[in-house]
Amino acid sequence: MSEVILEVRDLVKHFPIRQGILFKRTIGQIKAVDGVSLDLHKGETLGIVGESGCGKSTLAKLLMNLEKPTSGEVRYQGRDVLRLNPADQRRLRRNIQLVMQDPYTSLNPRMTVGDIVGEPYEIHPDVAPKGERRRKVQELLDVVGLNPEHINRYPHQFSGGQRQRIGIARALALKPEVIVCDEPVSALDVSIQAQVMNLLDQLQNEFNLSYIFIAHDLSVVRHIADRVGVMYLGKMVEVGTDDDIYIRPTHPYTQALLSAVPVPDPTARQRKAVIRLEGDVPSPANPPSGCRFRTRCWKAQEICATEPPLLQIRPTSGHPSACHFAQEKDVVHAG
Amino acid sequence: MSDIKVKTAPVLGVDGRSAGHLLEIDNLHVEFRTRDGIAKVINGVSYHVDAGETLAVLGESGSGKSVTAQTIMGILDTPPGFVTDGAIRFRGKDLLTMGKDERRLVRGEGIAMVFQDALSALNPVFTVGFQIAELFRKRRGMSRADGYKRAAELLDLVKIPAASARLRDFPHQFSGGMRQRVMIAMALALDPEVLIADEPTTALDVTVQAQIMDLLAEIRRDRNMGMILITHDLGVVADVADRIAVMYAGRIVEQADVHALYGKPCHPYTLALLDSLPRLDLKGQELNTIKGLPPNLLRIPSGCAFHPRCRMARDICSAERPALVELGGVRSSACHFAEELYGRE
Repeated sequence: MSEVILEVRDLVKHFPIRQGILFKRTIGQIKAVDGVSLDLHKGETLGIVGESGCGKSTLAKLLMNLEKPTSGEVRYQGRDVLRLNPADQRRLRRNIQLVMQDPYTSLNPRMTVGDIVGEPYEIHPDVAPKGERRRKVQELLDVVGLNPEHINRYPHQFSGGQRQRIGIARALALKPEVIVCDEPVSALDVSIQAQVMNLLDQLQNEFNLSYIFIAHDLSVVRHIADRVGVMYLGKMVEVGTDDDIYIRPTHPYTQALLSAVPVPDPTARQRKAVIRLEGDVPSPANPPSGCRFRTRCWKAQEICATEPPLLQIRPTSGHPSACHFAQEKDVVHAG
Repeated sequence: MSDIKVKTAPVLGVDGRSAGHLLEIDNLHVEFRTRDGIAKVINGVSYHVDAGETLAVLGESGSGKSVTAQTIMGILDTPPGFVTDGAIRFRGKDLLTMGKDERRLVRGEGIAMVFQDALSALNPVFTVGFQIAELFRKRRGMSRADGYKRAAELLDLVKIPAASARLRDFPHQFSGGMRQRVMIAMALALDPEVLIADEPTTALDVTVQAQIMDLLAEIRRDRNMGMILITHDLGVVADVADRIAVMYAGRIVEQADVHALYGKPCHPYTLALLDSLPRLDLKGQELNTIKGLPPNLLRIPSGCAFHPRCRMARDICSAERPALVELGGVRSSACHFAEELYGRE
C-alpha cells in the first residue's frame, strides 16, 4: 500500500455539558469522539459510516482543526498538526480541505462564485498572485464542470448539485492532498448524486487526492471507498477494505446496519435476512459500560458490560473488529 | 359533539355508478401563481389506491409528489397554490367540490397523513398526550380522561415504551424515531381508511428507518388500510410497495407493479434513475448519470418534459407530448418509445 499521509491516534473530543445561569458548572461530558485512530494512505478513499450522533462529523471538524481535541494526535506527513506554531499550522492546513454537507448554507449568499472560490487565495496569497486569481478560479470552475463564465453569479442562481460543485472547487483551490468530504451528496437528488460522485472520482484520479468520505448512506460509501470504518457512539467498531466490511462484516452493528439498508430490488425482499435492532442509540453523554453497542446487541453477554472490546484483528475476524464475539456473516448477499 | 361517522356510505359514485376505487385522483392539475409567473406543479395526475395495498409515489424534489398529497388532504396553501382541474374521489365523492365541514370529517377519519418532519408537524407547546387526546375530544366527544386513555393505547400500539408515562412529554423530548411513531399514532387515531405517508423515514437513520417501515407495514396489514407512500428512495419502495407511480415534472411518467417496474423499467427516466443508483450489493465502476437538471416548473420543456435529459430523445420528443399508454394491460408509460422499451429482452 502507498505511504500513510494522515495519521490519527486516540483522538478524543468531549463536549462539556454546562448548567446554571451566572456560574456555569460542568455537570457532564458528551463523548462525541472517544478514542478514534485511523490511517489515510495517499490516493485512497477512506469511508466513515455511522448513524447520526456517532461522532463522524465531529471527527471531520477535528481533522480540519476546527475543534480542539480533548486529547490525541492528528499527524500529517509525520508532523503533529495540533502542536505546530500558528504560521506552520496555517501552511500545513492548506493541504487538508473540507467539502461540507449542505450546499445551501455553506456558501455565503452575498458573495459571487468567483469570490467564494477565490477566497482561499486571500488567506494564502502566495499560492496565486492577485492578477492570476480570476483566471485560476475560472480554471477551477471548468475542472468541476461549471461554466467559467458564471464567475460573477451568486449561489442562489445555481441548483443544489451545482452548488456542491462550487464547494468542491473551493476545496480544490489550494491544491490540497487530502479532502475531507462530510456528507457531500446527502442533500442531493438521486440523479444529481451520481454526477457529483463521478466528479469526485475523476478529481481523485486527476490530482491524486486522498479522501476521507463521511456519509450515512452505506451504498454511496460502498461505491466510492477503498477502505471503510464503521463508527458507533464515538468509537470505531470495525475497519477494513470495502470487501471486508460489505462481504465479510464481523461486528454485529455493521451487520445490522447493512441488513437494514433497503436494496432497490423487490425480489430481494424474501432473500434478505434482516436484523432488526431494538430501540435508539443511547445518549453519548452517558454511554453504556463496556461495549457501547451491547444495549442493542443480540449477542451481548456479561463480558460485554464489563470489558470494552478492543478494535483488533481476532481469530474470527481477519480485519480489526471491536467485538468479543466477532463472527463473519454476509448479510448483503445472503440467500 | 356527538360521534359522527361518515364511512357508512355505500361505495357508490354521486351519479349512481359504482366508484371503482377507495381513493381516486383523476386528472389533477395544480398551479402555483407566483410573482415570477405560473408554475405548473401538477399537470394531469391520475392514480388510485384500494384498501390493503401500498402505492408508492416516487419522484425527485419538484416532481409534484408532495403537492398531490397536500391537495388530497386539503392543506394546499392557497394562494399560491390553486387546483385548476380534476377530481379527487374518496369512496366516489369528490373532495374538491365538497363543503368545508364535510371535507373536514373525511380528514383524519377517511384519509390521514404522516409528515416527513415530525418535529415541525407536532405542536411544540403542548404535550404529546394533549395533542392526541384533543382528537378524541373534538371528533369523538370523549372526556379528557378517556381521551388520554385512548392516547396511551395508541402510543402503545406504535410501540413507544412506557406509553402512559410519556403522554406528559413534549415533542422535543422524544428521539427522531419515537417522534415519528407519535405522528403515526396521531394519524391512526380516528381509524383512517387511507394513510398517506410523505417521506416518513427520510430524516431518520437506517436502523430506525427499518423499524418505522416495519411498523407501517404491520399496521397497514392489520387494519387493511390503503397506503400512499411518497418517497424518493428507490430502496424503500422496493421493500414495501405493491404498485409504483413515477412522477416527473408534475406528471406520472410510468406506473407499474413493483416487480415489473424494477425488472423492466419502460420509461427512460425510470431506467436512468435505477442506473444512477449506487448499490450496496454491487461494487460498480462509474455511475450512469442523468445529464442536466430537473426542469424549472415555470418553464417546463415542450413535448416530453424529460426530453432535454433523455438518452433516447429524438425530434418527436420535443414536439409532441407522449400520452400515458398501457403496456400489456397492467402497466403504463408516457414515452414515445414505450412499446419499444416494453418489447426489449
